[in-house]
Amino acid sequence: MNAPSKTPASSKLIAGATGDWELVIGLEIHAQVTSEAKLFSGSSTAFGASPNSHVSLVDAAMPGMLPVLNHECVRQAIRTGLGVNARINLQSTFDRKNYFYPDLPQGYQISQFKSPIVGEGEVVVDLGEGESVTVGIERIHLEQDAGKSIHDQDPKSSFVDLNRSGVALMEIVSKPDLRSSDEAKAYVQKLRTILRYIGSCDGDMEKGNLRADVNVSVRRPGDPFGTRCEIKNVNSIRFIGQAIEVEARRQIEILEDGGSIDQETRLFDPGKGETRAMRSKEEAHDYRYFPDPDLLPLVVEQAEVDALKAALPELPDEKKARFIRDYGVTAYDAMVLTLERESADFFEAVAKGRDAKLAANWVINELFGRLNKQGVGIEDSPLSADQLGGLVDLVTEGVISGKIAKDLFEILWSEGGDPRALVESRGLRQVTDTGAIEKVVDEVIAANPDKVEQARAKPTLIGWFVGQVMKASGGKANPQAVNDILKAKLGI
Amino acid sequence: MSGPLDLTFAEARKAMKAGEISPSELTRAYVEAAEQGRGLNAYVLETPEIALVRAKASDDRMVKGEAGALEGLPLGVKDLFCTTGVRTTACSKILGDFTPPYESHVTDLMRRAGAVMLGKLNNDEFAMGSANETSCFGPPVNPWRRSGSDAKMVAGGSSGGSAAAVAAKLCLGATATDTGGSIRQPAAFTGTVGIKPTYGRCSRWGIVAFASSLDQAGPIARDVRDAAIMLGAMAGHDPRDSTSVDRAVPDYEAAVGRSVKGLRIGLPREYRVDGMPAEIDALWTRGAEALKAAGAEIVDISLPHTKYALPAYYIVAPAEASSNLARYDGVRYGARVPGRDITEMYENTRAAGFGPEVRRRIMIGAYVLSAGYYDAYYVRAQQVRTLIKRDFETVFADGVDAILTPATPSAAFGIGEKADASPVEMYLNDVFTVTVNMAGLPGIAVPAGLSSEGLPLALQLVGRPFDEETLFAAGSVIEQAAGGPISPERWW
Repeated sequence: MNAPSKTPASSKLIAGATGDWELVIGLEIHAQVTSEAKLFSGSSTAFGASPNSHVSLVDAAMPGMLPVLNHECVRQAIRTGLGVNARINLQSTFDRKNYFYPDLPQGYQISQFKSPIVGEGEVVVDLGEGESVTVGIERIHLEQDAGKSIHDQDPKSSFVDLNRSGVALMEIVSKPDLRSSDEAKAYVQKLRTILRYIGSCDGDMEKGNLRADVNVSVRRPGDPFGTRCEIKNVNSIRFIGQAIEVEARRQIEILEDGGSIDQETRLFDPGKGETRAMRSKEEAHDYRYFPDPDLLPLVVEQAEVDALKAALPELPDEKKARFIRDYGVTAYDAMVLTLERESADFFEAVAKGRDAKLAANWVINELFGRLNKQGVGIEDSPLSADQLGGLVDLVTEGVISGKIAKDLFEILWSEGGDPRALVESRGLRQVTDTGAIEKVVDEVIAANPDKVEQARAKPTLIGWFVGQVMKASGGKANPQAVNDILKAKLGI
Repeated sequence: MSGPLDLTFAEARKAMKAGEISPSELTRAYVEAAEQGRGLNAYVLETPEIALVRAKASDDRMVKGEAGALEGLPLGVKDLFCTTGVRTTACSKILGDFTPPYESHVTDLMRRAGAVMLGKLNNDEFAMGSANETSCFGPPVNPWRRSGSDAKMVAGGSSGGSAAAVAAKLCLGATATDTGGSIRQPAAFTGTVGIKPTYGRCSRWGIVAFASSLDQAGPIARDVRDAAIMLGAMAGHDPRDSTSVDRAVPDYEAAVGRSVKGLRIGLPREYRVDGMPAEIDALWTRGAEALKAAGAEIVDISLPHTKYALPAYYIVAPAEASSNLARYDGVRYGARVPGRDITEMYENTRAAGFGPEVRRRIMIGAYVLSAGYYDAYYVRAQQVRTLIKRDFETVFADGVDAILTPATPSAAFGIGEKADASPVEMYLNDVFTVTVNMAGLPGIAVPAGLSSEGLPLALQLVGRPFDEETLFAAGSVIEQAAGGPISPERWW
């Protein structure tokens, strides 16, 4: 484990006062499993219910209550494992992780310590500009979430909400294969995309349904791994990046001052932009793991794994490759289009039977740009794929120009309607009638004799004339036709 | 001079069917007996009102010919079984006045079969003990005394209240649980019949857990036939307990009196322990002879890992207990002793709530599971457990149908007599019984005679997994050879 595992790209190194440092990052992602019921009880997992309303006798750890495994959670973990090309362990076990906390009613968390349901796998992460990194997955295991302690509602006591207690989590543990905060962010983004494609986790970081423990260490390039610190419970991709940066700086400063890093658990404070020690290795809990005697070993049939695999949706990597192959879009555009399954579906609906590159431009630059700006998800897009497709058709057919198309987009966004009908009713149709255009061209030439002279000397000035003609036609003139007629009239 | 209390359940059932006595009349006799027997401290809670209401309902069903398998059976319930609306304490202060809103699966089945609950019976705190002296209610008293002595004897443990109540006819049958001998040893000390069925035969749902991989419920009854009738009603699959086995429940009563001709009964040489009283040895020989006379073949067998069973048991059981008892933390139910912060509240609550033996086992359990000791203790103990299991499998594979051993290394001892004994000396009481729990096998204790001091002595029969029927058949031979069920002379 101590051998340097990758050759550092020099661009990823951090310059210190005494030389370069390499960052080593591993992530433990806690992803809430999408399921109706909890991991070991029939209670609902719905978010936002009033406190302690989704708590069964089992969740509250009443005397004599026993856990019964919800097999749907197992299926979700297997799907996820398949989604990261991992080995599925046909036999796994549940262990108890023992510690006392008021929001942990059993006094132990049921988890998979020794034999997890999913073994080694890997995720290919795009870094842009054709660069990518393959991140090893160490394991994925199932475990119970804890409840929630609320400390700020009463000066003297704390409250406990057990709605979350017993909800299934997948802990997805990466290998220490990440070398920069950007890589780490891209990895989380990619994993989130995969989870959402599969439908095993909604990836909602605001609700805490996806959160990360970030392991950070630094070393001199080529050296063995340094001592790592674990930053607990970071709940946004942006914070993951920030936490890594400040933690790396902190460690480098200590090392460059001749100090050494203590292996410890830390918390990231986004307000102060720093990490703080939670507990050191010496204070670390002894969790006294042992196999949960209330549960039999979890045995899964290969046939079930095969069936789940067959039923998996097309995953982001496959989809991206297909988009590049079948639609001829760039790798970057394909990546953007496949970030969300719904976006990819939207794009395909727009691209179907149309110029795919043009469709991709409109989907990415106009629609996604606008959605992002307004903070709206694709599922709530005011424009349907049909509407945007209709708009692309009008551009392709030359009925409207690109500029008018943008105006039409605005109308569709704010008012809705049928694109073709709108073009007619609002008189947006592009003028391709050369007679009409000629008339405008003549007017512009007549009004600007000096420019005509200049343009004959310097043909690039034709652009100025095109602009004037377009302006005079209210943007409706076909730019190609304008260009051709101008060239002829000006004799250039 | 015999009255309704002298009837076994099989006899009472016949009398009730014949209309000679009604469930209400029988119940009233037992309610009165329980009251008069308070000096024995067998009940920790009497529920006469519930008993009489249920008996009345039984009367009606009896008249309508809708009698269940246990119709009108006046039943005592070990205080480890959760009972709806009736205080359940596991005889620990930490549960305070805990009153569950749910009924254990086993007592629910019995209730549906027509049993009438008289009240809750004494046991060792959390079933940890071999003399029922660790109960927070004080020990129950064995209705048997040494000839010519007034000294109060222990009823055995942990199901001492169940055994004492059945022996003293304060109930007609009782539920009990057995983790290392807690049904069989008290049955042996009180001249009653107790069977621990195969692990998985009875649901553990709603029974306060001691050691999950070892705990099993079973009956303590007046004779072998009653035990068979009761177990038939207690057994059955329960999807709420993942370790409960989905397997049809045979007609156990039909096995009582079934011929043992041709059965091979093994006598394990390792059970002839050092310092075993000669009269126990003689009892064992007489039991073997009785089975031989009934047509069984007696063979000497070896269970080579027997001597490791007790030490291994006292690692596995406390390990599981230390985790199972973590839920008693003062947060949600039961007793709470305040503290300045949460840690102090835990410490105060658990220090005050648990008695010394429970605290000892929690500490042993936490120790053997802790980092650095886990492999040396817990893992090795589990390996020993596998070897013990294999010992039995080998013997059964060689054609042995059941194994005959003494039930206990001695007769009952006086209350407080072993107060100065080391815990280990107390643990030796379980030397013949723990192997059976470690292997998950069924075991029955049947009275086989009296000691020179006039106290009951018993033999144990151990069977193949789920072959309780052979135990009932062979047990009834032992019972008959000893002259039938025995009763103490009433002195209380």
